[in-house]
Amino acid sequence: MAPSFREILNSGNFVVTSEIGPPKGTNIEKMLHHIDLLKDKVAALNVTDHQSSVMRFPSLGGCLAIKERGGDPILQMTCRDRNRLALQAELLIAYTRGIRNVLCLTGDAVPVGDHKEAKGVFDLDSVQLLRAIRQMESGKDLGGNDLDGAVEFCAGAIVTPEARPIEPQLIKFEKKVESGAEFFQTQAVYDLDNFAEFMQYARKFPVKILAGIVLLVSARMARYMNENVPGIFVPQYLIDELASAPKGEAVNRGIEIAGQMIATLKKESLCDGVHIMAIGREELVPEIMEVAGLSSSKSQT
Amino acid sequence: MKSITKQKPFDEIKEQLDRFDRVYITGCGTCATMTRTGGREEVMDMKGRLEELGKLVTGSTVIPTACDEMTEVAISEDKGAIQNANCILVMACVLGVHRVSLYIDKPVIPALDTLFIGVEDSPGDFREVCAQCGQCVLGETAGICPLTACHKGLLNGPCGGTNNGKCEVDREKDCAWTLIYQRLEAQGRLDLMRKYHAPRNSNVTLSPRMIKITSQA
Ligand code: SF4
Ligand code: SF4
Repeated sequence: MAPSFREILNSGNFVVTSEIGPPKGTNIEKMLHHIDLLKDKVAALNVTDHQSSVMRFPSLGGCLAIKERGGDPILQMTCRDRNRLALQAELLIAYTRGIRNVLCLTGDAVPVGDHKEAKGVFDLDSVQLLRAIRQMESGKDLGGNDLDGAVEFCAGAIVTPEARPIEPQLIKFEKKVESGAEFFQTQAVYDLDNFAEFMQYARKFPVKILAGIVLLVSARMARYMNENVPGIFVPQYLIDELASAPKGEAVNRGIEIAGQMIATLKKESLCDGVHIMAIGREELVPEIMEVAGLSSSKSQT
Repeated sequence: MKSITKQKPFDEIKEQLDRFDRVYITGCGTCATMTRTGGREEVMDMKGRLEELGKLVTGSTVIPTACDEMTEVAISEDKGAIQNANCILVMACVLGVHRVSLYIDKPVIPALDTLFIGVEDSPGDFREVCAQCGQCVLGETAGICPLTACHKGLLNGPCGGTNNGKCEVDREKDCAWTLIYQRLEAQGRLDLMRKYHAPRNSNVTLSPRMIKITSQA
């Protein structure tokens, strides 16, 4: 049997995960194509959960598709759209369908998305969701009632190493660790010195850290993220590098930047692996891995 | 404590008054006067606008505190004009609307939307401070309410959307958890931020919320 994601995380090898953005609508062809392209190249594939509060095909649906096609999914669960009953119920379905990895997130605010008048739920937060999973593993639901059949998940969370101020984020990081997070996928990192400093701190905890790598496709995108995405800071020299690329070449520059960064992280053993986010350009992930010198097999060395 | 209100769009008021041609207007001398949504001036302004629409305003009053039981007395003093109207337009918060409809057996139309319970930071700047959750945690959050001041009502610390001390929903809005962190740090009480808060009880008092207060410790 193929090793589980948890086994891969604990193998000591450099771990690569990536993510799939499901479609807005029922045309899942492109999503399936991305799944087929990546499922055997990475250790596991996240599926985003109405990312940026934009209504889409759900994470659970994408994860089931990954499962059916022989990949290992990471179910992303935000607390924005479901109360504690719905969250627990979804974990029950996920478990019975062979999904074994969950990423617990608070979720973006409703007004940043495309259903601005919807009610944000936030009955639980990410820390409480991690504990809910651990409680359900012990055979009890959040109401303290017995479950007829428990769950078992490799549970993870996120952290933003470039948030300012950083201390409140680190306190929350520690709460997540105490609440059962086994791995962290970070928000995009670009400043490796800052990240190294974060890792020096994070190494004290018994968790695996996968650095978030977001593919930059243009100088415009980089500037946009600096302006609008909390916790992301693309340094000026990278923006200049993208801007100086000849027309149509910026994407390749972006692939180069991402690949080189991964290679450095791996070479210097800065962290336990990377989580590659190509945001709509998932077909480019194999190229990034190639530049990074990562072999295209699940268990990296 | 102040009930913070905002005047409804005039088109909505107009639509609600569509089938009434004789209107009596009441304002409120307390919160709605301070928020300049239902004081004497606003009542007079509304009177003018309704008359322009061809309505007959049979009378108007500004009840000292529309939410209390003295409202009954205030209203009885203008019985004739109220009799003469076929609806009452209330320029007070919902508590005033509620009072007025207890005492007057005519259609009662709210002219204001009640937004929240808040304080006035500087003239005209109102801010919600409490969502009446029924399990106050202010003692552990340096007096800043995470359920109200944090857009997502988070109890266990900031989300990833905090941006240089601002909230992801609005560049102008402070991130509640950055403020809580700063205050707790200044007070040497950061250990409180490390404490795990279990999921909230959303039904401390069942909706509709009611309680009988008896004298007890
Ligand atoms: S915790 Fe917040 S919402 Fe609850 S009672 Fe205290 S101030 Fe009000
Ligand atoms: S940015 Fe701060 S205030 Fe806004 S939702 Fe997140 S934690 Fe709450």
